[in-house]
Amino acid sequence: MGRTLAEKVWERHVVRRAEGEPDLLYIDLHLIHEVTSPQAFDGLRMAGRKIRRPDLTIATEDHNVPTVLGPISDPVSKQQVETLRKNAAEFGVRLHPMGDAGQGIVHVIGPQLGLTQPGMTVVCGDSHTSTHGAFGALAFGIGTSEVEHVLATQTLPAYRPKTMAIEVSGELPVGVTAKDLILAIIAKIGTGGGQGHIVEYRGEAVRKLSMEGRMTVCNMSIEAGARAGMIAPDETTFEYLKGRPHAPTGADWDAAVEYWKSLRTDDDAVFDTVVEIDASALTPFVTWGTNPGQGAPLGDVVPSPDQFDDPVARAAAERALQYMDLKPGTPLRDIKVDTVFVGSCTNGRLEDLRAAAEVLRGRKVTTRTLVVPGSMQVKAAAEAEGLHEVFRAAGAEWREAGCSMCLGMNPDTLSPGERSASTSNRNFEGRQGKGGRTHLVSPQVAAATAVTGRLTAPADL
Amino acid sequence: MEAFTTHTGRAVPLRRSNVDTDQIIPAVWLKQVSRTGFEKGLFAAWREDPDFVLNNPAYEGATILVAGPDFGTGSSREHAVWALQQYGFRVVISPRFGDIFRNNATKMGLLPVVLPEDVVTSLQDLAESDPTAEVTVDLDKREVRWAGGTVAFEIDDYTRWRLMEGLDDIGLTLRHEQDIAAYENGRQSWLPTTV
Repeated sequence: MGRTLAEKVWERHVVRRAEGEPDLLYIDLHLIHEVTSPQAFDGLRMAGRKIRRPDLTIATEDHNVPTVLGPISDPVSKQQVETLRKNAAEFGVRLHPMGDAGQGIVHVIGPQLGLTQPGMTVVCGDSHTSTHGAFGALAFGIGTSEVEHVLATQTLPAYRPKTMAIEVSGELPVGVTAKDLILAIIAKIGTGGGQGHIVEYRGEAVRKLSMEGRMTVCNMSIEAGARAGMIAPDETTFEYLKGRPHAPTGADWDAAVEYWKSLRTDDDAVFDTVVEIDASALTPFVTWGTNPGQGAPLGDVVPSPDQFDDPVARAAAERALQYMDLKPGTPLRDIKVDTVFVGSCTNGRLEDLRAAAEVLRGRKVTTRTLVVPGSMQVKAAAEAEGLHEVFRAAGAEWREAGCSMCLGMNPDTLSPGERSASTSNRNFEGRQGKGGRTHLVSPQVAAATAVTGRLTAPADL
Repeated sequence: MEAFTTHTGRAVPLRRSNVDTDQIIPAVWLKQVSRTGFEKGLFAAWREDPDFVLNNPAYEGATILVAGPDFGTGSSREHAVWALQQYGFRVVISPRFGDIFRNNATKMGLLPVVLPEDVVTSLQDLAESDPTAEVTVDLDKREVRWAGGTVAFEIDDYTRWRLMEGLDDIGLTLRHEQDIAAYENGRQSWLPTTV
């Protein structure tokens, strides 16, 4: 029987297999940031251990950093960032600190450097590590104990998850994006739908996505509960990688591409679970609730809890509507927002900024609008195209790179009761600041919403 | 980590689904660089509500959290496990866990127990009607017992053994250092390094 992409990559990385034990997997790339690493470094120090492969490890500062120029004013955030600097120096890890041209969100800089390549295993103490699966890598988030384990051994003990195929047939209609696709997938299978699985996104609509779009899709695999999300590498992948600083060159490139081309699910391979979705039926999609599965097409109304047969889903909807201060039957297009956020590891890459700028060109925003590039390199590339001028002319704020308003760890937050349209990945209670209310949207919908102050698609303008 | 064999304690009913790790410990609490003090941030936003179950004095000292499905979804923050443990929990029972949370819990010796939804609801009913009712979680026998009920749960042999022995994964893996070195010698030469 044939093997799936996930199985091929997994098998290639088994260091040791023994009956009744998890496989010991080799890790090709370990990404580190300031939030989930300090206790791991402490653990190494206490045990007198070193990092086994600092040359397969890279660090950046992203979660705590302010997105306006200047030092960190919060002393606790500052201490965490300084702790990372001290640890990186002591243990010999390459670090891209604030202000560095290579700094950015950990899941933006790995691909941009060409460090994320097909067939690799990539881990990071961050659940959105699934982003890197867009290259056909097996990439997943880990906790701090596992961060310490990878630092010390460059391996992880793990049981192979089940495999799930998400077959996306047809083509995405004009104006419908990778973000709409993944939000629709999560709404279909639920926040626990992918639990225990590695998802492979397949089908015509997926093949047609750019690398940026593929990263957006894989990024939110975790919001469907999946361990990882993957897309088989193809010409789009190779094209993106060629010439990047850490991509192979010359004969190595040819050897690598030959191997990468083998990284596809065999025709006779069998997935444990198969989900089908028709891309051509999709429209812009937004969330109305407090988990990423609580979403609906923008043209719909806020659902009534009574629509949910499952008592758990009904109770969750009731609670979500209360927190979000929404009434069933309200058209989603009537929901007014206070803040628009374009950025994050989900939608903070150049293509996302271009899409938002396209909508805002020649228009004015009517709400507070933050545009935050995912990395300093994305920022530089956007400025080279003049996108920052489009944003500023529209009245939006053009910021420095960081995680920004995706999570309430830096100065970019919502105040209690404030409502956002956000291109990030989580609409959990308080995620963007205590009492804040989040609607997850695509960059295009975010930009159109910034113009009208209500949830809006560009086609509505 | 502290070994886990059998634990008997009182249960707290948390009748919510999709308890994501942002609820268990909000991001603002993740700025600490130590491993201690996270109990103060446990369910920080919800604890501001006087009616929240953990504010009910009847559940003071309870050690088993009984939650709805999809507990621990979202962020990979192990701080969620630390917060639960430092608050005093030894066991979390739910019909389904987020994968990363479940992994983190077993690394730290907080036992995640998966039970069917109807059993979880019965346990919540029990803890609600009688907050003094004791529940035993027996890892050795892989069962949960209470007055009037016994139910088996599944956990793989290896994780069970590690938890019962209180073993550190890094120490176990380093026993296979030769295997790791051999694997490294066979890696494709063009794979990237960060230097």
